[in-house]
Parts: sequence; C-alpha cells; structure tokens
Amino acid sequence: MSKVVIDALVERFPDAVYEAYVGVGGDDCVFVKKERIVDVCRFLKSDPKMLFDMAPYITAVDYLGQEPRFEVVYNLLSLKTNRRVRLRVKVPEQDALVPSVTSLWRGADWFERYCFDMYGIRFSDHPDMRRLFMYDEFVGHPLRKDYPLKGRQPLVEERDVRDIVRGPGPATRD
Amino acid sequence: MTDHKGLGGLDTEATPGSALDREIRLPLGEHELDAPMPSRHMTVNLGPSHPAMHGVTRAVVQLEGEFIRSMKLDIGFLHRGFEKSCENVTWTQCFPYTDRLNYVSSIMNNVGFALAVEKLCKLDVPERAKYLRVITCEIHRICDHLTLVGAMAMELGAMTVFLYAIEARDIIYDRLAELCGARLTSNYGRIGGVARDTPEGWIEKTTKTLDRTKDYVDEIDELVSRNRIFIDRTRGTGVVPREDAIELGFTGPCLRASGEPYDIRKASPYLVYDRLDFDIPVGTNGDNFDRFQMRMEEMRQSDRIIRQCFAQMEPGEIAVQDFRYVLPPKPLVYGTIEGLMAHFKIVMEGIQVPAGEAYSYTEAANGELGFYVVSDGGGRPYKLGLRAPGWPMLAALPFMSVDSLLSDLIPTFDSINMIGGEVEQ
Repeated sequence: MSKVVIDALVERFPDAVYEAYVGVGGDDCVFVKKERIVDVCRFLKSDPKMLFDMAPYITAVDYLGQEPRFEVVYNLLSLKTNRRVRLRVKVPEQDALVPSVTSLWRGADWFERYCFDMYGIRFSDHPDMRRLFMYDEFVGHPLRKDYPLKGRQPLVEERDVRDIVRGPGPATRD
Repeated sequence: MTDHKGLGGLDTEATPGSALDREIRLPLGEHELDAPMPSRHMTVNLGPSHPAMHGVTRAVVQLEGEFIRSMKLDIGFLHRGFEKSCENVTWTQCFPYTDRLNYVSSIMNNVGFALAVEKLCKLDVPERAKYLRVITCEIHRICDHLTLVGAMAMELGAMTVFLYAIEARDIIYDRLAELCGARLTSNYGRIGGVARDTPEGWIEKTTKTLDRTKDYVDEIDELVSRNRIFIDRTRGTGVVPREDAIELGFTGPCLRASGEPYDIRKASPYLVYDRLDFDIPVGTNGDNFDRFQMRMEEMRQSDRIIRQCFAQMEPGEIAVQDFRYVLPPKPLVYGTIEGLMAHFKIVMEGIQVPAGEAYSYTEAANGELGFYVVSDGGGRPYKLGLRAPGWPMLAALPFMSVDSLLSDLIPTFDSINMIGGEVEQ
C-alpha cells in the first residue's frame, strides 16, 4: 500500500495527526489527537480522493502503565479505492471521553458501545451510550487489564419493567 | 446474479398486501366497518430464546397491529469473554477459542487468527499449507451457507430443505472429521501452517462428497428458489439499499446482495486466492431473497475453488520448519536437546510474537473476519480484538425491520445469519 492517505492527512491536519507510520504488512497508521478525530474522519469520508465510506472495525486497547492509558483504534476502509487506514487515538483515563463518529458511519454504533462496555471509554454525542454485552448493573469494565480474572458478581435484582397489562412498576408475582 | 424477473416465467412481483407496500392503507368512509380501529402499540418480547430466532438474542419490539414500529435489541446472553480469555493463554492456545466463534465454520476463524499472528511475525507459510487452508475454508463456507439456507427455508415452512441441507452438511463434516478429528470445533489452524496433512485417499473422497453436495444444492435450489411462498416472503423484505449497507458496515454476502461487489478474496487476496478462478455473485435489491441467492451461488463458487485447489496442490511441507513457531516433530523432541528445548519453550512460554500491532482481515462466510492483534513481545496476546462478521448486520436489524411486518423479521433475521458465538464473543 502506498502512503497516499497518511501523506494527505499529515498535510491537511498538521496539528491533529502525529507519528504517521507504515505498520507491519504495509498498513497505513497514524495517531490522531482525540479532539480532532471527527474532523479527520469527516475529511477521510468526504474527500473525493479518500472516500473512506466504511468503518469496519473500531476497538480499544488498555495499555496499563502507560500514559495516556487507553487507545481507541479506528480501522477504516474505502470501497472505492480499496485502501485501508488505521487511526489510533490516545485516551487518558481521567478524561475517557471521545467524540463519537456515529454521525459519519452508523455502523460505528455498536463498536463504540462495545468500547464503553469493555473499557469504560465514553463517546460524546453517541445516540445510545449503554453497555452492549454486559448488563447495566455490571460493575467494572472487563477488558481493562486491572479487572480481576477471578471472582463473581452477585446477580442483580429484578428491574422495573414496563408491564403492558398491569401498568408500570415492578413485576409482581400473584 | 440471476434475473429475478426471468425466474421460470413466474410472476415474481410480490403479491399485493405483502410488505412491499409498507403503509397500512385503511380505507376511510363509505362503510363504517372499514373505519380505522383505534389501537395502541403493543410491546412484545421476542426471545432471548425463541424458536424462530436462532441464537440467543432478545428483541423488544413495539407492534402496531402486525407492523413493527420500533425495535430494541438486547444481546450478550452468549458473551463468554473471548478476548479476555485469549489475553490469558498463549497464542497457540487461542485456536480452540476461535473455533467457538462461528462454530459452523470454525476453520475460517482458525485461518483468520493464524494470518493475523503471521502478519505480526512476518511469517510466510508453505504452499501446501496455503492450499489446505483455502480448501478447508471453502469447505466450511459451504457448510455455513448450507446451514443458513436450511434454517431460513425451515423457518419459512420448508422442512424438506432443512433436511437436505443438513444432510449435505453432515457428509462434509464427515470429511472434515477425517481431516481434523472433529466435526465442529476443528482446531485445524496453527501459526505457521496447519495441523495435519490430508489422509490417504481424502482428496478423492472429498471430490465425491462435493459431487453429492452439489446435487443437494441443486435440489434445494429447485425446491426453494422458484417457490411462490418463499419468494413472496423474501422478496422485498428486509431491504438494505447499497449506501445504507456501506454506511452500516455490512460486509460479505449481505453487502454484495445490496449491489456492492466487494470481496476481500478479490480485493486484497490472501493465501492463494489470486491463483484461483472464481466469480463473485452480486445482487441488486439487497433484500432477503438476494441474500439467500448470494449463498446459493457462493456455494457453487466454493465448489469450483476447492476443485481447482485439488488440481493445483502439490505435496510438500504443511508448516514452516522454524521451531520458534511450530512444534518440532516427535523424533527430534525425544532425540535431541534442541528439539526438546524448542518443544518446551513453545508449550510453556508460547510463541514469542514480536511486539507491535496489526489488523488482519479475511473473507469469512458472513463477511469480514478481522483480528486486531497487539503483542508486547511475549508469549500471550496483549490484546486480541475480534471483528465479528455478523456484528454490523445484527446491529442493523432494527433498521431493516422497523415499519415492516413482524413475520418479515424471521426471514430477515435468518438471512443476515447472526451467529451468537461470534457476535457475542
């Protein structure tokens, strides 16, 4: 793969991207500042030379012990030019709030929810920022490196559900 | 793709009253019996375990009459902590976990994971291993599609098709059991190659099995593809236009059914796909019928691929002869100190994968199977991110189902082929 994409990014966003490199296997990778991720993604999606029309995979990594601790990784794909690029966004633990890219790619919805569920990274402007796999009452974020491997969490009490027959309130057993 | 209008001279336009016209048209006036009946929305809880929804997915749907007005998915009932498990075992020990992602086509997951680690190790596997990987992947692609075709037809009322499909799948599983020792969880991939070479006479037997499978596929095609009931229930339901499919992150047959001819095997060929001659079926409407037809045609293309591989494949090594990655043969382990040390190191410490990160993607049965691997240079994955093929399709289920009939949800749910094992990890 060529360096066209990262060259264009470095030229267009000198203040937002840094440390562009070609990763193993020739993948284009670049670090992006957290605040500018939506701008960079919007450029990548709409620029006629880029046209990254799909975000096939967004995930997060916990680099415990490093500062900033987390990283959100955006793997983008352009079906028109058959190029791929990987954007890496460093996220500090104290300020784990990243602008959401769901306004650009609706498919990013569940990936961002997954990052929140597993790593506790929140996404601002996300339409439905809930846990994806774990239940809402679950304590902690399982894929964090400091989450204990052993142990159990107690089962939660029944939630208040909207009862279509008997009206709102906790489900009571007669 | 096939021309739907030309299907055996049938009038394949959906019958009036099916979900193509999505508005509820209530005739007003004239007769008081025709007056719209005031109704309120009813919330129905589909699942988590529902006979018509394979997998364990809960869908809370709001119904207005028989129309779905809103839908909320609740998943995670099958979450087993795949990524967390993999972070705490050696790289090689991840293979059995990957088997259990898409348990219908486990070798594809094996190969996808092996390719991701090999990308990080900059490892190139021997030719024969590449061919064996492609053969087993394509065999499993047929299995996966047969499962979808059978389940979809069954849930629309065609039990015979299900029996044929499962019969066809089972004779393929017999061949796979001869190759890897297991029917479902094959654990056939290895970093640097594959686990076993083909047994004596396996290729001839598999060719015969493929012939039989082909007959079954043709029979299923005859039973279903022109069936009026089947067409009425699948055509025009669960439509995903091309732009939406792209934005929602569809890949694989579901994306191609919407008219986007993207296949990783063609777009960025891995293994030996660039040496093989096969076609990519592309649909036009992006509805359930097209997604079904994609599967039917891909099975025939996989058949072609396997036969070509059999013709091109030559005897040779099935794994790299680098004992940092592959277990040495037993005579070396028991006979030499170097062999014993290499064996001990791999078993106890795991393969030392160079520090770094890589994203590797392969075309699995349902779409792009991606692995984002991060290594800190040790014997265990630091992070193993799984991009499950069915994930975006399941996420888009509300988009596909809202304002359509509740009964259309069943074919839609079938045709996206949600596999709980991989989506919920």
